[in-house]
This record gives sequence, C-alpha cells and structure tokens, in this order.
Amino acid sequence: MIKVMSVVPSVESTPDPRELFVIYNRADRIFRRIVTSGALTSLILLGLIGTFLFVRSAQIFNDRGLKFITGSNWTAGSGDGVIPDDFSIGPMLTGTILVSVIALIIAMPLAIGGALYIEFYAASRLRKLLSTMLDLAAAIPSLIFGLWGVVLFTSFGERWSILLNSRFGWVPFIKVQAEVFGRSPFVAGCVLASLITPIITSVSREVFSRTPRDLIDTCYALGSTRWGAIKTVVLPFGRSGVIGGAMLGLGRALGETVAVYLLLNIVFRYNFRILESEGGNIASLIALKFGEATEYELKALVAAGFVLFLLTLVVNMFAATIVEKSTRRK
Amino acid sequence: MSTVVIEPQSQSLAPQPTMPWKPTRKTQFSGIFSVVVVAIVSLAIVLLTGLAGIDGFGLTFLAVFLGVTVARTARQNPKVRKDSMVGVAICAAAVLAFFPWMSIFLSVILKGARGLQPNFLIENMQLTTPDDELNMGGAAHAIIGSMMMVVIAAVITLPLGILSGVYLTEIRGRLTFLVRFVVQSMSGVPSIVAGLFIYTTFVNFTNSFSGMAGSLALAVLMLPTVARTAEEVMKLVPDDLRSASYALGARQWRTSLMVVLPTVRSGLTTAAILGIARVIGETAPLLLTSLSNNSYVFNPMGGPIGSLPTYIFGLLQIGTENSINRAWTGSLVLMILVLVLFLTARYFGGKDKR
Repeated sequence: MIKVMSVVPSVESTPDPRELFVIYNRADRIFRRIVTSGALTSLILLGLIGTFLFVRSAQIFNDRGLKFITGSNWTAGSGDGVIPDDFSIGPMLTGTILVSVIALIIAMPLAIGGALYIEFYAASRLRKLLSTMLDLAAAIPSLIFGLWGVVLFTSFGERWSILLNSRFGWVPFIKVQAEVFGRSPFVAGCVLASLITPIITSVSREVFSRTPRDLIDTCYALGSTRWGAIKTVVLPFGRSGVIGGAMLGLGRALGETVAVYLLLNIVFRYNFRILESEGGNIASLIALKFGEATEYELKALVAAGFVLFLLTLVVNMFAATIVEKSTRRK
Repeated sequence: MSTVVIEPQSQSLAPQPTMPWKPTRKTQFSGIFSVVVVAIVSLAIVLLTGLAGIDGFGLTFLAVFLGVTVARTARQNPKVRKDSMVGVAICAAAVLAFFPWMSIFLSVILKGARGLQPNFLIENMQLTTPDDELNMGGAAHAIIGSMMMVVIAAVITLPLGILSGVYLTEIRGRLTFLVRFVVQSMSGVPSIVAGLFIYTTFVNFTNSFSGMAGSLALAVLMLPTVARTAEEVMKLVPDDLRSASYALGARQWRTSLMVVLPTVRSGLTTAAILGIARVIGETAPLLLTSLSNNSYVFNPMGGPIGSLPTYIFGLLQIGTENSINRAWTGSLVLMILVLVLFLTARYFGGKDKR
C-alpha cells in the first residue's frame, strides 16, 4: 500500500498565538508623549497656515465680502480716496482653473499611456531605467520648466495655436479676437501638462503595478490579448488610483507660480478663449504684485493666497483619501 | 507504511522550457527595420509636403505607423488588430510623456554648458551686470545662499520628520490616520502659500527679509516629503527585530531609539536628501521671504540673500541674450545639484534593502 505522507501539520494542532500586550512604564510614556507632539507639528502647522492667512486678510473679507471672489478688478487706489481701492480675484480664479484643466486634459492620456507602457510594454531592463527617469523628471524644478517653455516651447505652441485656430475656429472657446498667439492659456497649459505628467504617471504606475498578477495571467490563459487584459483587469483595478494621481497633479497645477508667471500675459479680464494671449492665475498674481504692493493691497494678496490655499487643500485632501485607499490594499 | 519519494527526472529527459512569447532575433530585426522604414517614409512626406518641424515629423510618423499596423493586421482577428493599434497608441503616449523631459534635459545641458566656466562658480554679481559677457561674474553667491537655506531647512525638518515617522510606525496612536492624512494633503500646499505664510509671520515679526525666513518657508514644503519617506523606510524594518528587542527586556523607547532608528540610518539620510532635492529649486516662496542679493551673505539673519532660483528668475526677467544664457547656466547647475542629490538618495536608499 502506498500512502503519501502529508507534510503540512493539521490545522488543529497549531495553538493560537498568545494575545500580546504591552505595559508602558514612565520612560515609555514620556517617550510616547514627545513623539506624539512631534508628529502633531504638521497638523499644527497646517492649522497655523490657515489661521494666519485668514487673520491677516480678515479685513479684506470684511470690507469686500463675496465681491472679492466675484469682482473683476484689481486697482490700487490713489490713496486720497479719489480712486478707491478695488481688489477682487474673479478673473484670476477662473484663469487658475482654466489653465489647470487644460493641463490636466493634455496630461491624462499621456500619463496613463506612459504608465501602461512602463508596466506592461517595456522590457524589464528598460522599465527600471524609465521609472528612475520618471522620479527624476518629477523632481525637476518648475522654474526650469518655465525657462524651457519661454525659450523653446513657445514657438511650437504658437504654431499649434495657429493650426487649431484655423481648423477649429468655429468652436467658441477656441476662436481668438486678435491674431496674436503665444503667451496664451493654451501654451501655459501645455507646459503645465508636461510638468504634471511625471507626477500622474508615477502614481498611476504604482497603482497598476499592484494589479494582482494572477488575474492578468488568467486573462492571458483565457486567450486574451494584452489590451484585453489591460481593459478588463488593469484599468478597472487602477481606476481610483489614477483619479487620485490626477487630483495630485491638478493640485500641483493650481498652485504653480513661476511657470505661469513666465508664460502668460497677466491681464485682469475674464477670458475663456484658450488661445487668446491673456490670462493668469492666483499664484502668479501674488508673485507679480507682491513687490510694489501697498499695505492694503498686501492684505488683499494674502486673502488671495488664502483662497488658493483652501482650493488646493480641498483638492489634495480628496486626492490623499483616494490614493491612500487604493494603495493600502495589497 | 512506506513513503514514496519521486525522483526528479534526469536533466536530459526533461523538456527544455520554450518561451513562445519571447521575441526571436528575426521578429526583433523586422521590428527595428519597420520603424526605420516608417521613419524614412515620414521624413520624405515631411520634406515634400512642408509639414514643418519635429512635431510635424512626429505626427506623420505616428500616422504612417498606424497605417502600416492596420495594413499588416488586416487579415487577422479584429481583437488582435485592436490590440496592436492600441499598442501603437500607448507607445506614442509614452514617447510624448517623456519627450518634454528629454527636451528639457538636453537643452539645459547644451545651452547651459556654454556659460559653465570657472568664474561662474567662484565669482558673484557684485561688479557685473547681467548683460556682461559670460566670462565675467558668476553665481557663487547664489549657490552658497541656496546651500545655506536648504541645510538650515533640513536641520529644522529632519527631527520633525523622524518624529512623525516614529509615531506612524512605532507608536501607532489614535491619531495615526489623521497624521498620515495631514502629511499627505500638506504635500500639496502651493509653494507660494508657504511663502506668504512665512511672510505674514516671521518676516513681519522680525521686520526684515532674510535667509532664515527663506529656510523656514522651505522647511514647510520639505516636511511632508521627509515625513513620508521616513515612514516608508521605517515600515521596512522587520517586526522580528522589534520582537527580539522586547524579548530581551527592552522597553518601547529603547526599542525605537536603539534598534529601529539605527537600522534605518541610511534610509533617513535618503529622506533628508529627497527633501532637499524637493525644495532646492523652489522659487516662489523665496520671492516673498529671502528676496535676492548680488553679493555674498553669510548671515542667515542678515537681510536679503541670493539663491539659485531667484538668480535665474531675475535674469529671465531682464531677458537680454547674455542674461538668458546665464539663466541657462544657472539652470544647469541647479539641475546637476538635483541630479546628484537624487542619485545619492538612491544610493543610500538601496543600502537598506540589501
């Protein structure tokens, strides 16, 4: 008679692990208190940023109320009351959102394609190199992107703008009034897109790489093509992570200062035509007006900063929740 | 009772594993060959039709390649055809995603190398105007200022980052989720807001712009990076090590301070370096806190101080040919700094895993 002995011991014979508990003595408690207070610094810091910005700009919100958000002028008064101070950020707020949305729309397909390429198409040696390069690209200062945009990219951007205008001029938000291209929200959006693409790509890649390998292999075993496996397993699995990455990129684009400052004509007028060479965002407004601002105008700038802070905080909290959720499970 | 041990078959009898999905020499060659042919064809189209520039070439290349793919797979299963077309699209997206980065990298090296002469690294701009020839003046003051500010910022941030790392991995108190959440969302605070914050507090209280103010603004931006990296590396410490320490009778504070932290020493170096690399190119907060200066300042409280990003930014605003060339050289130095920091961080980061 042949009997194959089982090597695995039966389940009943393993005892349950003992319940672990810790008794902290005085030194431990002190240690824990010190570490906890250190860890709370970031919490306190975030609170302090909000509080200080709000306190310093309370006068503006008090004076102007909702008009600060909806109005469309930024005029420093003459001081003697002949021309009154008139500060509001309406066009800059819409400009911020416009440029960031353009950037996001351009960056998303590139980032998803790039992430899929690195994870599923590139050879393994190339994959390592590309992901290192990706981390590096995300570390390049935005100032260098701005410099590159001003000196090298603008001519390309202008040509694409002219092409878009002549082919799609009938679309309301593409039509231009003056035939001047360059320094438009579109060009700035393109440069911002190249700035946030590495961020979104690296988050998406991270999420895609967590797709259970056996599910993909099952697809292949059932005769699926590579795209079939990606469409049915990888993309649904990574969807929330990709959205989180997009939110992170959006947050970065909303708060970008120097690249937009260098690439846009900052004009105080509501402008939704993406090829018109005027626009701006809140961050670049602060950088532009800070140097020669009066006391009252400074308060208005701080108020603008507070609005930007709230805007990005909401976007980032949303992103943090999603990314946290989708990368925690293994 | 007898057990049967199945002997592994001898090597010669076992079938050699074949990897049918692996590209053979022939398919690799034909792949490269078709790319070259498509490139030549699209180059010809670009030259003949006047679709100018590298962007026109790229577009034509993509169109021709898609056409070739469609033609090649015309007789096959529609699923296979779709797969190869999507493959082309994904490769194109990947190239486009990496293209700006490569372009920036190359242009900074090519345009910056011209001005990278010894004087750039040892002189300052006190006696030189930005429009002077490139062999006069330099950015030594800016490099020193930048270094000083990031080092002060790192000294402030590192202990706090380590403490929140220890909290998140060792103490795991009630606030773990909240702390992690706040650190995550803080990493998205716009840099100009950090600058405004320090302006409304530190600069207003001390009544002067200074290097210290710049360092504090950079520290605000650095903290999330350092804290997150510290948490990541401490997570990698095996629990066995902690259990062993407890089994030997150590208390929690001794375990954390004398077992866990020494284990991740090089990981913490990585955290600090990544934090520095994250903020060394930040311009916006420095425009509101440390301003800029044309000569050496060694005192962090001694008024406005020069730094590389503000140096480049100032030159760009002047906008003459020589000043823009200087800006490219400044960018090259900045990028080399980031690159070196990054590779050092990689080196230290790789050490822990071994």
